Amino acid sequence: MAAPPNAIEERLESTTSSAAPVVRFENVSMGFEDKTVLDEISFHLPRGETKAVFGVAGSGKSTILKLALGLLKPDAGSIYVLGNDITQMREEELFELRRKVGIVFQESALFDSLSVRENVAFRLMEEGNISDEEIERRVREVLSFVELEHTLDKFPAELSGGMRRRVAIARAIITEPEILLYDSPTAGLDPVTSTTIVELIVKQRDVYKTSSLMVTHRLQDAFVMASHYFDRQTNRMRRLPPGARGEVPMSFLILRDGKVIFDGDAQDLAHSKDEYIREYIS
Amino acid sequence: MAAGDLLSNIELISPSQFAKEKIQAVQDYALLSARAVANLFRRPLYVADMIQQADLIGVGSLSIVLLTGFFTGAALALNSANTLQRFGSLTLIAQLVSVSMVRELGPVLTALMVAGRNASGMASEIGSMIVTEQIDAMRALGTDPVKKLVTPRVIATVFMLFFLTILADLLGLFGGAVLSTLSFGIDWHQYWSSGWQILVYQDVFTGLVKPVLFGFIISTVGCYYGMSAHGGTQGVGRATTQAVVASSLLVVVVDTVVTRLLMTVFGTR
Repeated sequence: MAAPPNAIEERLESTTSSAAPVVRFENVSMGFEDKTVLDEISFHLPRGETKAVFGVAGSGKSTILKLALGLLKPDAGSIYVLGNDITQMREEELFELRRKVGIVFQESALFDSLSVRENVAFRLMEEGNISDEEIERRVREVLSFVELEHTLDKFPAELSGGMRRRVAIARAIITEPEILLYDSPTAGLDPVTSTTIVELIVKQRDVYKTSSLMVTHRLQDAFVMASHYFDRQTNRMRRLPPGARGEVPMSFLILRDGKVIFDGDAQDLAHSKDEYIREYIS
Repeated sequence: MAAGDLLSNIELISPSQFAKEKIQAVQDYALLSARAVANLFRRPLYVADMIQQADLIGVGSLSIVLLTGFFTGAALALNSANTLQRFGSLTLIAQLVSVSMVRELGPVLTALMVAGRNASGMASEIGSMIVTEQIDAMRALGTDPVKKLVTPRVIATVFMLFFLTILADLLGLFGGAVLSTLSFGIDWHQYWSSGWQILVYQDVFTGLVKPVLFGFIISTVGCYYGMSAHGGTQGVGRATTQAVVASSLLVVVVDTVVTRLLMTVFGTR
């Protein structure tokens, strides 16, 4: 695996961490056709942390991501992203804010009529003031990060599910967003490809210190992320030494019947007395 | 499945709910159309997308529009000739074909052809992007899908339908000329001369205002149904059908209203 580009690394390393949460939900409610999906939920995502969101199908996990990006408006409550109350912002204002947030959709949502190069470069080309050479350099850089530099001229239909997911990650991180949202990034993938994706997310968390919300059904992925760190020397994900759990910025959030029933780290989760949670993680 | 089971699966909707949904749809359509127009005055303009759409819509529809124009003109000449012959006025055939094509048949038939081909294309393309979350991805990447997808289609359709209609009018006159010359022995030069001279300013104006309105209707309706598609591939299919039906129907309704309006403005011939 190629070493992460020094320029990006240095830039992100120099970013001072702030205590203010990058995402904050305050009593947010949301329903679809008379069915309440989220019922006055509140939580926050501290800067630099990755929070895994769990819940059974239809519990509103993906809705949380769409709300955090302003793609949906809540029925009640407030959502703060990077200090802005996005529930009070117009769509045009949100376009600006979304440039600081990246998202990886569950089915990748790549533009099927555009090549991998054009998909990844989409956001940069939309900026309109970046030279073609600079765009090409950054596209190659992020594709190298996800180890897909050779797919530049391919179309999404020519890629496997795992490759599409990695291209989607490349597209999300090309502008070095402050927040990343992952919607079931490993769903439907084989174990080897899933591990590759998890490693990329851990790398993004530990090397670039990006704050993330990750929706997933796969508890084992989140536990791997909580028990591993990214080693820059070997450019590989490594298990934390014994007794070092809780050293990585990773937390868990579990939804049930529209409510948050757990919000804490891996150790709290492992020692939870709640029957539903115990059954969920067993 | 028993009839009872079948009936129990049908979702009944109250008249007030139905009315609300229709009013909401009209409101959404109006908002989408207004945003598509307003985006013309905001950066970026997506000129490359406009040119690409103009090629797809204009050049792509050229053959069917030319064939429709030619055969409509020929059929019009054929049908008119039977009636005109009874009154010994066969020489008026060019005038009849000319006025009918330029004022009415050229714009309407071209619009219906373009609606069938392109409103469906827009609805299915945008609808597919909706159900595969590509539109959400576009919004997430900080790009306004209305500006990127709808405005270029509206501009391209309005612009290209205008020129397609002119070509359809010409081909209609040509079809009428070929048939009149070959079947009824009308002099070629006399046909073109009388067909040209009968046209007055209001005929040409009416014939050129309509494609602008029809182009706007076809593209906004196609995009609206695409943008409001839901329910997977079946939903995209439904949106595609509705786009063609609604745009075709709106074209003929607006045609009647505009014709009446312009007759009021210019007076009847």
